[in-house]
Amino acid sequence: MKKFMNSVDDFLKESLQGFGAAHQDIVSCHYDPNFITRVTPTKEGKVALISGGGSGHEPMHGGLVGHGMLDAACPGFVFSSPTPDQMLAAAEKVDSGAGVLFIVKNYSGDVMNFQMAAEMMQGPNESVLTNDDVAVEDSSFTTGRRGVAATVVVEKIVGSLAEHGGSLHECKALGDKVNKNSGSMGVAFSSCTVPAAGKPNFDIGDDEMEFGVGIHGEPGRRRDKMKSAQEITNELLEAINEDLKPEANEEILLFVNGMGGTPLTELYLIYDNAKNMLDKKNIKISRSLVGNYCTSLEMQGASITLTKLDEELVKHWDSSVHTAAMRWGV
Amino acid sequence: MSVDFLIETAKKIQVVINDNSSEIEKLDQEIGDGDHIFNVQRGIKLVIELEPTIKDLIMSKALNQIAMKVLSGIGGSSGALFGTLFMTMAKGNAIDEGVDYKKAIEIFAEGVEAVKQRGKADVGEKTMMDVLIPVSNCLKKGVEDDKDLKEILKEAVEVAEKGMFSTKDLLATKGRASFLGERAKGHIDPGARSSQLMIKTVCESVINS
Repeated sequence: MKKFMNSVDDFLKESLQGFGAAHQDIVSCHYDPNFITRVTPTKEGKVALISGGGSGHEPMHGGLVGHGMLDAACPGFVFSSPTPDQMLAAAEKVDSGAGVLFIVKNYSGDVMNFQMAAEMMQGPNESVLTNDDVAVEDSSFTTGRRGVAATVVVEKIVGSLAEHGGSLHECKALGDKVNKNSGSMGVAFSSCTVPAAGKPNFDIGDDEMEFGVGIHGEPGRRRDKMKSAQEITNELLEAINEDLKPEANEEILLFVNGMGGTPLTELYLIYDNAKNMLDKKNIKISRSLVGNYCTSLEMQGASITLTKLDEELVKHWDSSVHTAAMRWGV
Repeated sequence: MSVDFLIETAKKIQVVINDNSSEIEKLDQEIGDGDHIFNVQRGIKLVIELEPTIKDLIMSKALNQIAMKVLSGIGGSSGALFGTLFMTMAKGNAIDEGVDYKKAIEIFAEGVEAVKQRGKADVGEKTMMDVLIPVSNCLKKGVEDDKDLKEILKEAVEVAEKGMFSTKDLLATKGRASFLGERAKGHIDPGARSSQLMIKTVCESVINS
């Protein structure tokens, strides 16, 4: 394992300290329990948005705290859910009285810990559960689809609604809508190494890729031999389209997300290839996002997310945002 | 059952888990993400470190401290599930007036029921519930039938082992292993193995006391 690290025990703390110091105009980091808030207190009457999850997916979620997006984020250990004491401390800090909306990715640990926090919390709260990963069959016989990169889209759009005075109920409903309108699928060329484990999460040959991989290196649909970028992109989009069923001339957001170890050069190449295919199908790309937003440590790989847009979603996508990772309109 | 018993048993569990750590780690690498053993070891260490804080507390407060420590200190699914187990046991009826073995079995069964609700998992889903639910049922049945305590506990040790081995041929429908589908078959669930070792240690330490 080669990592920029001094000790496994201090890995997360030092990273959080650096994040807080680098973006001190936007966020404050709090420790024991660990949570990140905006540097400014929540406006009175504004619903507070809190997300969180295991670390290792940066900039999600700490880098999405700030004007127009999250009010707080709770980072767990690498790839391990945060705990209820973190959510409760964050809620106490950012709840202005209008209630708290938890945005939770669908993994057993995250769901249980956020659920316990919601039960222990005194004030009004709701939760949006994201499960956009179309690689996993959604049935009562599985844990269900995983929450992946569309979580970023949910946080942007609901963050804008909250900023514009949306009620707790309205924010929850919009979050569910964005999640339902989104589908994602990823592919990995290499594994990733959790610092505490010290060795790669899974083995993969030089000429292989995991098709439909999860953001913790969970197995996807199948192990394939390497293919061309256009073929991989087509297969990812086909899987998403099969699930999302966008209609011809429907407007979508095309989000090409890097897993951490793939250069932007390649992510833009994927964007080009995805555009080729969507153009052929007369699906209109009206908004775009390309970059490393929902990562898996140093994993080489990428995911594509499509979100079907309407006027309301476009308005909230375009509105101003000022976070460490996303910044426009300000 | 006293707070001293809780701490002493936690120390015995630590030894047993450490002795079997590489096996549990290997099981988890096969169908999970390999961190289960670290979580369990961290959780046990945190409980043992609570000794000075909880040794003079009444049972409900001691169990509650253990619950909160496990919940915040382990994280992930294990933290939530074990936290729920101890938090529910701490709420047991009249436990501060003394916990005999019948009471201990009663609150353990209530705890297991709460864990089942929290994880939404039942027997047959390749999780630690394949150990905990049969053990809880076996203990309750033993009390109902007015069996000898040592008999009941010996039976519970056997039931735990049987439950653990039963996970080998199951498909996982909960947690990370569920993404493997058929690929999870043929592997014992690491959570079932660690739970079985804990149950065995607790039961045997009562049998031998």
